[in-house]
Amino acid sequence: MTVSGPDTTGPELRARLRRSRRRSTLISVGLVAPVVLFLVVFFVVPIVQMLGVSVYDRSVSDGMPRTAAVIGTWDRDGLPGEHVYAAIAEDLIEGQAERALAGPARRLNQELSGYRTVIFGTARGLSEEPPESWRETLIEADERWGDPAHLVVLQRAVNPLTDYFMLYALDMERDIEDAIRLQDSDERLFLGLIQRTLTIAVTVTLVCLAMGYPVAFLLANIGGSLRYALLVLVLLPFWTSLLVRTAAWIVVLQSEGIANTFLMWAGFTHEPIRMIYNRFGTIVVMSQVLLPFMILPLYAVMSGISHWNMRAAQSLGATFSTAFRRVYVPQTLPGVAAGTLLVFMLSVGYYITPALVGGASDQMLSYFIAFYANETVNWGLAAALGTVLMVIVLTMFLIYNWIFGLDRMKLS
Amino acid sequence: MRKAVTTSALAATTALAAGALATPALADLTIASWGGSYQDAQRTLYFEPFAEERGISIIEDDFVGGIGGLRAQVTGGAPNWNIVQVESEELILGCEEGLFVLIDYDMLEYDEDDFIEGAATECGVGNIVWSKVLGYDADRIEGDTPESWADFWDLETWPGQRGLRRGAQYNLEFALMADGVPADEVYDLLRTEEGVDRAFEKLDEIRDDVTWWEAGAQPLQMLASGEVALTSVYNGRLTGSNRAEGTNFAGVWPGSIYAIDSWVILEGTPDVELAHDFISFASHPERQAQLPEYIAYGATHAGADEYISDEDAPHLPTTPENLEVAIEFDTEFWVENIEALNERFDRWAAR
Repeated sequence: MTVSGPDTTGPELRARLRRSRRRSTLISVGLVAPVVLFLVVFFVVPIVQMLGVSVYDRSVSDGMPRTAAVIGTWDRDGLPGEHVYAAIAEDLIEGQAERALAGPARRLNQELSGYRTVIFGTARGLSEEPPESWRETLIEADERWGDPAHLVVLQRAVNPLTDYFMLYALDMERDIEDAIRLQDSDERLFLGLIQRTLTIAVTVTLVCLAMGYPVAFLLANIGGSLRYALLVLVLLPFWTSLLVRTAAWIVVLQSEGIANTFLMWAGFTHEPIRMIYNRFGTIVVMSQVLLPFMILPLYAVMSGISHWNMRAAQSLGATFSTAFRRVYVPQTLPGVAAGTLLVFMLSVGYYITPALVGGASDQMLSYFIAFYANETVNWGLAAALGTVLMVIVLTMFLIYNWIFGLDRMKLS
Repeated sequence: MRKAVTTSALAATTALAAGALATPALADLTIASWGGSYQDAQRTLYFEPFAEERGISIIEDDFVGGIGGLRAQVTGGAPNWNIVQVESEELILGCEEGLFVLIDYDMLEYDEDDFIEGAATECGVGNIVWSKVLGYDADRIEGDTPESWADFWDLETWPGQRGLRRGAQYNLEFALMADGVPADEVYDLLRTEEGVDRAFEKLDEIRDDVTWWEAGAQPLQMLASGEVALTSVYNGRLTGSNRAEGTNFAGVWPGSIYAIDSWVILEGTPDVELAHDFISFASHPERQAQLPEYIAYGATHAGADEYISDEDAPHLPTTPENLEVAIEFDTEFWVENIEALNERFDRWAAR
């Protein structure tokens, strides 16, 4: 008995196989295409753009083109030559007439407070008639035109490609010789801010783990209606608006709030304890808001663990705590990894909760990103800080992947 | 056949889209303001009567602040909005960028001198005046009431937390006034390094007793709940809370800082004359004097004062007694220094 026939052997079969493989590949590509396209358009492109904004800025080169063309010739030994000052003056006069100076003024002022006045103050007073010396005229209009530090900033800013914002976001700067150095310790801000952001995020993650683990354990090990009741209690706040929950916490934690009233009634304290508008309030509220993101993945993993494992360990002579520690906990690690990763990632970018219930020294990176992006329109610095935040998240992600392996992680 | 249908449908859609783009605007005038109950009052007082008087249509929109949105509209060609009410900061920035039509005071019914100081500018015409004052709950304070920023710093006479808006803005001014600097010298001093140092040193004194607020509604909630004894607060919200919630909050006018919100005409607006006419209409003193019945903002027409009711007058930044003891927010100073000073503020707070 042979099963060979003209259709099923040789090149013919291989060709058909190839065709059918190609078809199924095309179908799967077609199915994945929309989501890939969506990711590229709404995720990858904006991120690349954001990265671009933090290192590329044309406002000075566009707004002061003549200056941009010649200031590179200045060797920083003494003041620039007359032709540089003439270019600056012409740019200022024309820019004032065409209202093109706002961009350069904003960009230069970001690097050196007061530069706006230098630009607009000088531009308003200049007449088109060329004087004997533009250099003297400009320095007379504003003495900062004779200050090398101001001119170096201008010389650097005419180059659209800049590392100023990235350096600034890491408390670094270039000195007058272009060497990169850390800012003086009393001028630093962002390194401390990054540390603060990480501290808050890690603390919230640990608090969520400590509180979420027992709840998830309970959820996985009780039955029937009690479990549903508990699950609803976990999920109900999850579905409630973040602002409403934050406002509710203000009612609970404020000095004449529910918590203080109870503590004073019970005699634990005679005067109100400060529990909100500080770090404590920030951690409490953020933990409550993020707790479901810890409980749900833990619960998903725990409900898959057979309770016979623990019994088997105990029957072999282990005490409950030993069995729990050495048999149960290791099996929940994928859930722990997923929960902590989720909570950490979410909390590291938190903005509104610390803004409403934190003190002045509890604001995180996002608060500053919003401040620069919305209030002062310093998109370069906002983008640089956004990049810092993204690097933190990516690093964390890679570390997790290395330790736990993402394929083992269970998200829910 | 099928292809033909698709093509003609496509052509029709394109024609429709082109038609929609070519139509300059759906209304004769599009005005954007700050929304909410404030814009409701503006609608009753300005938008509807003006539309009726001129037989035109007006579309409204909400402006949430920020120069970015205005820039996008103007640089993108024909703007969707014609007239926008902006804060002093956007007025300065937008004017420098050439986003606004220069105001032609010959086209207005009023001269620059008809307005209060600082209201009639190159690129905009002031419409309301709001103020940041020292506020407290009169029901909770027995005996002497605070009267100045020096009193705000006096933690012994008026114990309890202090509320201030998070950041450097306003607070440095308040600190200098509390330190005895005359109101009219505050910004001169702040322009020097010693002045800024002095302000932060003064803030040191109450550092541990300040609750920092973020949103404008927070200080009212903090006063009502007793979280803070004294706070900086927007005057309009203070009066609004007293009217709506029956609270008994009071504001202190000496040392208050006021700012002006202005109408601007976006560059690219087709009918600039109509836009000027609207601004004239909204600058009418008697009409402006009615706004305080809805919300406690001051009027910018210098003559509006005589039409304002005695009931409203004490609560307005523009009432002469209140205006005399206040200072105007120095927008130029803050546009230039906000980043450096806010960064310093955060270093100060984290110390």
